[in-house]
Amino acid sequence: MSSAARSEPDTATPTLRPVRLPRRWLVGSLALLVAAVLLGLTVGPAGLPLRGVVTEIVNLVPGVDLAGGLDDREAAVLWQLRAPRVVLGLMVGAMLALAGAGYQGVFRNPLADPYLLGVAAGAGLGATFAIVSGGSRLLVPLAAFTGGVLGVAATYALGRGVGGRSTNSLILAGVAVAAFLTSVQTYVNQRNTDSLREVYGWILGRLLTAGWDEVLAVLPYIAVSAIVILAHRRLLDVLSVGPDEAGTLGVPAARVRLVVVLAATLGTAAAVSVSGLIGFVGIVVPHIVRMLAGSSYRIVLPLAAAVGATFLVVADLVARTVVSPGELPVGVVTAFVGAPFFTLVLRSSRRSW
Amino acid sequence: MTALTVDGVGVTLLERRVVDDVSLGVPAGTWLTLVGPNGAGKSTLLRAVSGAVTHTGTIAFDGVEVARLRSRERARQVAVVPQDPARPDGMTVLDYVLLGRTPYVPYLGTESAEDLAVAGELLDTLELRSLSGRMVTELSGGEFQRAVLARALAQQAPVLLLDEPTSSLDLGHAQQVLELVDELRSSRGLTVVSALHDLTTAGQFADHLVLLVDGRVVAQGSAQEVLTEELIREHYGARVRVVTDPQGGVVVVPLRSRPAGGIRDVGGVA
Repeated sequence: MSSAARSEPDTATPTLRPVRLPRRWLVGSLALLVAAVLLGLTVGPAGLPLRGVVTEIVNLVPGVDLAGGLDDREAAVLWQLRAPRVVLGLMVGAMLALAGAGYQGVFRNPLADPYLLGVAAGAGLGATFAIVSGGSRLLVPLAAFTGGVLGVAATYALGRGVGGRSTNSLILAGVAVAAFLTSVQTYVNQRNTDSLREVYGWILGRLLTAGWDEVLAVLPYIAVSAIVILAHRRLLDVLSVGPDEAGTLGVPAARVRLVVVLAATLGTAAAVSVSGLIGFVGIVVPHIVRMLAGSSYRIVLPLAAAVGATFLVVADLVARTVVSPGELPVGVVTAFVGAPFFTLVLRSSRRSW
Repeated sequence: MTALTVDGVGVTLLERRVVDDVSLGVPAGTWLTLVGPNGAGKSTLLRAVSGAVTHTGTIAFDGVEVARLRSRERARQVAVVPQDPARPDGMTVLDYVLLGRTPYVPYLGTESAEDLAVAGELLDTLELRSLSGRMVTELSGGEFQRAVLARALAQQAPVLLLDEPTSSLDLGHAQQVLELVDELRSSRGLTVVSALHDLTTAGQFADHLVLLVDGRVVAQGSAQEVLTEELIREHYGARVRVVTDPQGGVVVVPLRSRPAGGIRDVGGVA
């Protein structure tokens, strides 16, 4: 490295370095991610030995069969209880952070979060209906997903009707839709106070899983959504000069916005359907990344995904251990741990929006 | 050869006819400047040419209608220096200039080595190389304006639109930017269409002036033909004296209807 640097031209003509994800941030965030995963897999009511867990994971590689794995009971805890929950945490955390960053990019608004356009209110109403109807609990995710998508669709329909091209009219439409859906939800809850506790628990967010089924059900949505949002990282940088200027640079801002919102909505609705309304991750993780590592979406998006995944796995670990054998809603933990940390980063950062 | 043809163009915004039946032809390699009072439709006409607002009539680059072009193709035909460009937070000068390569970068791809080479060459031309790693939010007004110009030139479009490019610059920097544009126009054969407030400057830099009032062309031609005391009084409601300077340029001197406090000899300005 150093010899290459020395052979470069003199400092009067500095080498041109376009923005890219700095390697130290990539390596650092991946290291944290791995650490969080191992922690999430080993810590719990039944502690698992780290060495055995690592051996089990290595043994997943075809053709590898190391000795020193877990016994059958431990392996069952690992693969049937811990692993699906950790994987779900990774997916939901990464998805919320990516969707939040994507929303902030297309709306050029630091207050944007994945729930901005009515996903949360729609999903909340859908889940409430499913819970109070007393049917199978397996219907709750489906109802939440459908409600979330319909909520955003209503916002888009309303926003387009009201104000044409402006993003503010869309955001205001989202406020109206969310208020309307929430009021319906409150009414339904008032009429069904016996299921209030369950609805409340869902709204606060949790990563309870019955196994791999939930993971597999939401994986396609989250994978496609994440790929689409990440692929738009350069275009989101172009949009940072505003829709009009982006247009003169050859980027149809409205179309990019629609594609990113569509992807973020599908991914968020899928995440919310199995995790409830976990707050804070979607708005704060992108900001923390932006303040620490840089504001280009080529940096923000991949790092936000990694940090969001790490954050949610750790938050879930805290949620299921501090009041053991009981469990806190993970949404409580994300805000309780995240808010002070965010304030700290905010204070130490000179960057402003 | 006509690089830009505007034929019977009208633009209606919020049910108001902002541009009405404007026809212009801009020969390749020349500089046309739109002048006119506030609200005359200068910026809107430029926005129609860049495809940012829909229009009636025909706007064509080298015979190709702008309405038929996809946004990427359009951005290769016409580049815009906006009136009040946004300064994105946390973006370096290099990355800002590279935004101009967007019409050449695949939709979901990243910049190639060639894009980087084009940006590097422009950073040298506009003397921005030493600032390439600085954030655009930290640049002075003059430096930022050069970066905006570099971004527009990175589009390598034959037509360059400038909407009040000097409105936020002092006299010296304004002059530098316009001289630079003129240099680039002759060295790269660019066709330049600008909107300018300052009539004297407009007369100095344009080959052809167009006076736009209420969305219509009321006069066009050389500076001597368009910048007359009568036309300016009639359409700007301003009292001016038009003076021809020794080099043949036209100087528009605003006059006060009452002498300024204490100074009685108004005639002394010439």
